[in-house]
Amino acid sequence: MLDLHGYGPRLLEGAGVTLQLAVLSLILALILGLLTASAKMSRNWLLHKVATLYTTVIRGVPDLVLMMLLFFGGQMALNVATDAIYDRTGLDWYINLNAFAAGVLTIGFIFGAYMGETFRGAFMAVEHGQIEAGKAYGMSPLLVFYRIRFPQMMRHALPGISNNWMVLLKTTALVSVIGLSDMVRVAAEASRATHEPFTFLIPVAMVYLLIASVSEWMFARLQKRYNVGFGGH
Amino acid sequence: MTDLTWLNELLADNRIFTPQTIAYYWDGLVTTTQLVFLSLVVGLVLAVPLAIGRSSKHRWISLPIYVYTYVFRGTPLLIQLYIIYYGVVFFDGIQQTFLWPILREAFYPALIAFTLNTAAYTTEIFRGAIKATSRGEIEAARAYGMSQSLMMRRIVLPSAFRRALPAYGNEVIFMLHASAIASVVTLMDITGAARFVYARFYAPFEAFLFAAAIYLCLTFAILYFFRYLEKKLLAHLKPQSGN
Amino acid sequence: MADTPIPLEVRNIKKRFGETEVLKGLSLEARKGDVITLIGASGSGKSTFLRCMNLLEQPDEGELIVHGEQIHFKQTRHGREPADWKQVVRMRAKLSMVFQSFNLWAHMTLLENIIEAPVHVLGKSKKEAVEHARALLERVGLTARADAYPAQMSGGQQQRGAIARALAMDPEVMLFDEPTSALDPELVGDVLKVMRDLAEEGRTMVVVTHEMGFARDVSSQVIYLHQGLVEEAGSPQDVLVNPTSPRLKQFLAPKY
Repeated sequence: MLDLHGYGPRLLEGAGVTLQLAVLSLILALILGLLTASAKMSRNWLLHKVATLYTTVIRGVPDLVLMMLLFFGGQMALNVATDAIYDRTGLDWYINLNAFAAGVLTIGFIFGAYMGETFRGAFMAVEHGQIEAGKAYGMSPLLVFYRIRFPQMMRHALPGISNNWMVLLKTTALVSVIGLSDMVRVAAEASRATHEPFTFLIPVAMVYLLIASVSEWMFARLQKRYNVGFGGH
Repeated sequence: MTDLTWLNELLADNRIFTPQTIAYYWDGLVTTTQLVFLSLVVGLVLAVPLAIGRSSKHRWISLPIYVYTYVFRGTPLLIQLYIIYYGVVFFDGIQQTFLWPILREAFYPALIAFTLNTAAYTTEIFRGAIKATSRGEIEAARAYGMSQSLMMRRIVLPSAFRRALPAYGNEVIFMLHASAIASVVTLMDITGAARFVYARFYAPFEAFLFAAAIYLCLTFAILYFFRYLEKKLLAHLKPQSGN
Repeated sequence: MADTPIPLEVRNIKKRFGETEVLKGLSLEARKGDVITLIGASGSGKSTFLRCMNLLEQPDEGELIVHGEQIHFKQTRHGREPADWKQVVRMRAKLSMVFQSFNLWAHMTLLENIIEAPVHVLGKSKKEAVEHARALLERVGLTARADAYPAQMSGGQQQRGAIARALAMDPEVMLFDEPTSALDPELVGDVLKVMRDLAEEGRTMVVVTHEMGFARDVSSQVIYLHQGLVEEAGSPQDVLVNPTSPRLKQFLAPKY
């Protein structure tokens, strides 16, 4: 790896942080998305309302504002809670909300809302007869879900998931603002210190393009797998 | 009702939402609106010719535009902002030109970054819409002896704009939200105001929830504006589209 | 007769969709080896009746007894529902349905479609299920198409595949919901032939159909439904050849 005024290793580490952050957030977002979609499709009135409120508010507020709210606000809420514990029990805890955890939680939480919409549309695109056939052959709802509904839904969901992932990947850059040493923060620091912004920022931009290209290829392969039986493409 | 007295008490107690902090948020709203509106307008103007060029059969026209949109859509806006904000100094001789007083302030680098970013996204939105023009409409235009440019102006673009409207509405909202990073380069936009209020009073919930509420209102305003526009344009253009 | 339970008994089924009552008290008893055909104009409720038999539709009233086991219901906010879904799942595994639009699972090959429920619902070993499936594919003349996906097959092939899928469950009763209505005319014959063979070997079947020839030749009982009620029922000779009801006469007239 290039030395880059001694910033090389730190940049590489930062790239690792970016990738970990993105993948963990994606997993959280997928789980939340499935839950949200299920809630939105459920007959339970309250679940439906809560899910709708979640997706509406999240999609109406900038990522950065949500992130700061959770990071700074979350730290304060934790402090209040630990103080209360200290007053009552004498236990002296101090929990420091680290930027990585806050980042994963916020990004996962934000993209859970987008994934929820993606999954809901995809579930609704599955032909009803396919589900009925499952029921008619004595499959339990759980079995219908993971043998029929899920695999058929994925075909419709993958383009949306891929799209959300690309946006999510770029959103990870915002975590540098709340103090996480991802590759953007390292590059920005290095730019200020050395007065050579292009030396650091352009390679980092290229790493993002590289990750995006690799994931595009991976999603295309996945799509092929889930398209099996649906006439090619 | 009782909740009103509760509200009054809350407001009487609060030391945060003074006229002064409200003024910060107001200035922030003005800055955000200026940034987003200007970058969207310039971005839109740039995007139309770029989208036509991107749809061109000649690779030497379409390829550079593709590279531009690929790079700007594939990398975080924050990096683009940093590159322009930190990098603008390094253009030879720029400090001697009349542009320097403008570029020295954070507002213009941010405006440039946002404009280039939204232009890239908008170009791809329009390209998709142009590509989706029905063969029949194009053939009809050819059959009536329209030239390439006349056909573009009279047939392809009007129907493409209409098709692009929902996606463009999303882009406008996306740009509003993305503009929050202007605060990172010291601009006092809505998020900047919230960060200032947070730092001053150490009141994260009040500071950021208030900002979130402003963004939410703006988002809904944009959403309803585009919904209205879609309804109007669809009705208006329907006879022209020949359905 | 008395020692083996009756495969399927349905008593006084009623069903309404909103304001309109589509089934106004229908009963049916399918003994072993019976082939019961349900005929009637569209909107007569024959498909809904069939779908109530395996609870794809929930009847508002009435009893359902599968292989001597009474299905339990309970009243909820959303109307009457089965009290025990596990019981429903068990019951459905005994009644295999063949759908009008085939409903083969699009993401599985034909062979995978056939072994799906035997493996995952009945708990058969995969090896055993595949062997059985191959034998069934030979029966319906689709040995060569085992690894094809539904989208790659013709409608007639899909429906014969769907019948093989239904047979793989070793069902007590087979329910056919207009199995030839979605097929091109030239493909209907192959499917009907498979169904005739099944009837001849003594399968218990309930068939909703427009194929009067099939009803006449194969049925042990024909039921003519009109607006959610049985208008006429009996042997094919009585119902199709010597109908008494004027409506049934009119229904049959254009076809002969």
